Amino acid sequence: MAIDIKKNLRENKGLWVFLGVMLVVAILLGVFVAPWASSSPDGLEKVAKDKGFMKKAEEEKPAWKHSPMKDYAFPGVKSEKASTGISGLVGVLITMAAATAIGLLALGLNRLHKRKAPTGGPADAP
Amino acid sequence: MHIPDGFLDPKTWGTLYGVSGGTTAFALYKVRDRLEGNKIPLLGITAAFIFAAQMLNFPVAGGTSGHFLGAMLACVLLGPFEGFLVMVTVLIVQCFFFADGGLTALGANIFNMGIVGGLLSYYLMVLVKAPLSRWIGEKKALLSSVAVFSWVSVVLASAACATELAISGTVPFHVTFPAMVGVHSLIGIGEAIITTGALVVVLQSRPDLVDAYKGPALSPSATAGEVA
Repeated sequence: MAIDIKKNLRENKGLWVFLGVMLVVAILLGVFVAPWASSSPDGLEKVAKDKGFMKKAEEEKPAWKHSPMKDYAFPGVKSEKASTGISGLVGVLITMAAATAIGLLALGLNRLHKRKAPTGGPADAP
Repeated sequence: MHIPDGFLDPKTWGTLYGVSGGTTAFALYKVRDRLEGNKIPLLGITAAFIFAAQMLNFPVAGGTSGHFLGAMLACVLLGPFEGFLVMVTVLIVQCFFFADGGLTALGANIFNMGIVGGLLSYYLMVLVKAPLSRWIGEKKALLSSVAVFSWVSVVLASAACATELAISGTVPFHVTFPAMVGVHSLIGIGEAIITTGALVVVLQSRPDLVDAYKGPALSPSATAGEVA
């Protein structure tokens, strides 16, 4: 079943405009606001430091060592603000793609389920 | 409150991987019939928005910062299981690409922020909203219960986190629990303001896109897209 993109855009113009605005807001927040966010420890980090168990995480080797943008810093960018901003942009796009993929996965499972249903019960066929 | 590697012992994080993995599979099953049409792009954009908003740490008292969680907002906009899947996505991306939250603790982070802060808090909100709706109207009931329970979602998630730290033997319960719940009851105020503010904006422009809103469409333009 092909999806008619042009028809969909025409019929749901309001929705696509709304989604576009939301995406632009997300990108602006990630790129231009995030570099100026508070760098103080968050609630859990602060409690861990105060109660003396932060070292448990510092001593532990991370189980996944290949995060390309560790601590929201884009590799090879010297300016700290630009580094955070670029990682914000990349993160927004990756997250959008990943959530869309999960949605499509669920939809695919549904289509598979529906396709199987009629063949599962041939006796019901007219 | 993303837990790093090293804070939880294997029995705790292993158990929570099981619970979170099972819930994720159940959520994929639950949303199957509800994702037709244009809901998938909304899922993607909401996830992107929550990722960006989670980067914005705001200062709270005593040299501590907090950031938006977004689980309640995602559940209210998209439906509880769609919202849960959005939180799972955000947490996986943060873990693998940004080293925000440990890989061993991923199941625990999904449990705290997706199940406790998302699904559980959402259903508590609905329990309060339903009777309130008959009394003060759907829109006011939704906004006021979301304001209260987005605060509750952050506090409950932090309570779950403190409990896991205690069960793991990392730090005694009576030491962390008051500290975690105390600081997150401040962070939760920020959560309530952002969630309610964002919900007001969406309700004004596209009430048809708010899954938890069962009232009439407020603006005539909102339903225009659906006629075709």
